[in-house]
Amino acid sequence: MSIYSNEHKEYLKKKRRKTIFVHMTQIFIILFFFIIWEYLANKGIINTFLYSSPSLIIKTIINLIKQNNLFSHLFITISEVMISFIISCIIALFISTILWWNEFISRVFNPFLSNLNSLPKVALGPLIIIWAGASIKSIILMSLMISIFVTIINFHQSFIGTDKNYITLLKSMNAKKKDIFFKVIIPSNKENIISTLKINLSMNFIGVIMGELLVSKKGLGYLIMYGSQVFNINLVITAILILGLLSFILYYIITIINKLIVKKR
Amino acid sequence: MEDNVLLKTINLSKNYYNDKTEIKAIENLNIHVLNNEILAIVGPSGCGKSTFLSILANLEKQTNGKIIMKKNLSIGYMLQSDSLFPWLTILDNVLLGLDIKKMKTGNNIEYTINLLKKYGLYEFRDQYPDNLSGGMRQRVALIRTLATNPDLLLLDEPYSALDYQTRLSLSNDLQEIIKNEGKTAILITHDLAEAISLGDRVIVLSKRPCTIKSIYNINLNNKTNPIDNRKDPKFNYYYDKIWRDLDVHI
Ligand SMILES: Nc1ncnc2c1ncn2[C@@H]1O[C@H](COP(=O)(O)OP(=O)(O)OP(=O)(O)O)[C@@H](O)[C@H]1O
Ligand SMILES: [Mg+2]
Repeated sequence: MSIYSNEHKEYLKKKRRKTIFVHMTQIFIILFFFIIWEYLANKGIINTFLYSSPSLIIKTIINLIKQNNLFSHLFITISEVMISFIISCIIALFISTILWWNEFISRVFNPFLSNLNSLPKVALGPLIIIWAGASIKSIILMSLMISIFVTIINFHQSFIGTDKNYITLLKSMNAKKKDIFFKVIIPSNKENIISTLKINLSMNFIGVIMGELLVSKKGLGYLIMYGSQVFNINLVITAILILGLLSFILYYIITIINKLIVKKR
Repeated sequence: MEDNVLLKTINLSKNYYNDKTEIKAIENLNIHVLNNEILAIVGPSGCGKSTFLSILANLEKQTNGKIIMKKNLSIGYMLQSDSLFPWLTILDNVLLGLDIKKMKTGNNIEYTINLLKKYGLYEFRDQYPDNLSGGMRQRVALIRTLATNPDLLLLDEPYSALDYQTRLSLSNDLQEIIKNEGKTAILITHDLAEAISLGDRVIVLSKRPCTIKSIYNINLNNKTNPIDNRKDPKFNYYYDKIWRDLDVHI
C-alpha cells in the first residue's frame, strides 16, 4: 500500500474528472441525436415510414419482447458469433504456429493466404449455401471464411516479428523450438494476440450477419432481412441498433479480458 | 589436447553471405583457452568478436576450421544485449536457464538466490526489468548466465552500458567469482584498462576479417584485484603496447 501525497491526489482527481467529462459528452451526443430524431419525427419533418423514430423503436422492442422473439434472435446471433469465433481462433492459432515452425511451409502458403484474404468473401455466399445448405452451418462457414485468413496472417506476422535477441538468448541456453515458442513467442506477443482476437471477433460478427442476411432463418440479420422484405423499417432500424449495442458489449468484454491477461507491471 | 587447455580453435574461419557480397568475419583464427584463466579479447568494432563467441556457443556454424573442446564442457553466454524478458520477474529471469535446461532443483535455485543477494538484487526479485537501472539489468543478465553454473563463461562486453564506478566494482566481483569458483572466462571488451586489469592474457585482434595481431601474458608486479591492478607499475606498459597494436586512426 502506498500513501499518496496531496499533489498526487490532486493529479488523480483531475485525471478522473477529465475522464468523466469525456464520458458525459459521449452520452450527451447520443441523447442529443435521439432527441433531435424524435423531434423531427414528431414535427413531421422526416417521414417515420422511411426513417422510423425513437418512440417507434421502443414500441417495436416491447412488441418483440412480448412475442418472446427478441431474445431468441439475439441468442442465436450471439451463439453463432461465439461458435465461429472459437473455431477460427483455434484453427488460426494452429495454422500460424505451423507457419512459424516451418519456414518452407510458410513460404509456400503465404501467397495463397494473402490471395484468399483479399478475395471478397460475399462472392462465396451462393456457393456456401449450395454446399452447406440454408442452415446455421452456412452462417458459420461464411463467418470463418471472412475471419480466418486475416487472423492467421496477423498471428503469423507477430510471431515472426518477435525480438531476435530473445530467441538468440534461448538458443544460447540450448532451448528446443518448443521452448522458444512457449517461453518467448507466446508471452512476448500477448498484446498482439489480443488485438488480433479483437479483429477476429469483429470479423466473425460481420460474417455471421452476412450469413444471416443470406440464409435468413433466425437472428438479428434475419430480422433486418425480414423487416426490409415486408417494408417494416421500424424493425430494420431496431435490429441494427441492437446489433450496434451488441458489438459494443462484446468489444467491452474483450477489453476487460485484455486488462486481466496483460496485468499491470 | 593438453590437460590445462579447455578449448582450442584450429584455423577457424567464418564468412557471412548475402545475395551481393561475402563478408569475411573471421579468418584462420587459432586461439586456445586455458583452464581457470580470464582471456580478454580486444579488437576494432565490427571485426568479428561477437561472431567468434557465437560460434563457440554453437549459435553459428563456422565456415571452415575446427573447435576442440574438453568433454562435457558447459558454456554460459552473456550476450551483448541483456535481453531480459520484460514479462518475467527478476527471479524468473535469472532462473530461465535452469528452467530451459530442466535443472530447477532446490540446490540450484538456492545458489541463484544467493547470487541475487550477493549482487544486491534480492529485494528486486519480484519486480520487472523495466523498473531496473541499466547497471542492475546487466547484473541480472550476469546472474542469469551464472545460474546454470557453466565451466566457461563467454562475456560479450558485459559492462559496456555501465557508468565507470559500477564497472569497476563489477570487475572486482567478476574476478572474484571466476577465481573462487574455478571458472574460466572469455571477456570481450572495448576498454583496454578493463582487459589488462581483469585478464590473465589479452588477445588483440586485427580489423575484419579478424586474425590474431598479438597476445600478451599480463605479468604485473603485484597482481591483485582489477581496481588495484590499474595502479601497478607495469599496467601502463601493457596499455601503450596494446593501444599501438590496435592502431586506431583518429
Ligand atoms: N548474421 C549476420 N549476417 C551477416 N553479416 C553479419 C552477421 N553477423 C555479423 N555480421 C558481420 O560480421 C562482422 C563482424 O560482426 P561482429 O558482430 O562479430 O563484430 P564485433 O567485433 O562483435 O563488433 P562490436 O565490437 O561492434 O560488437 C560485421 O561486419 C557484421 O556486419
Ligand atoms: Mg560484438
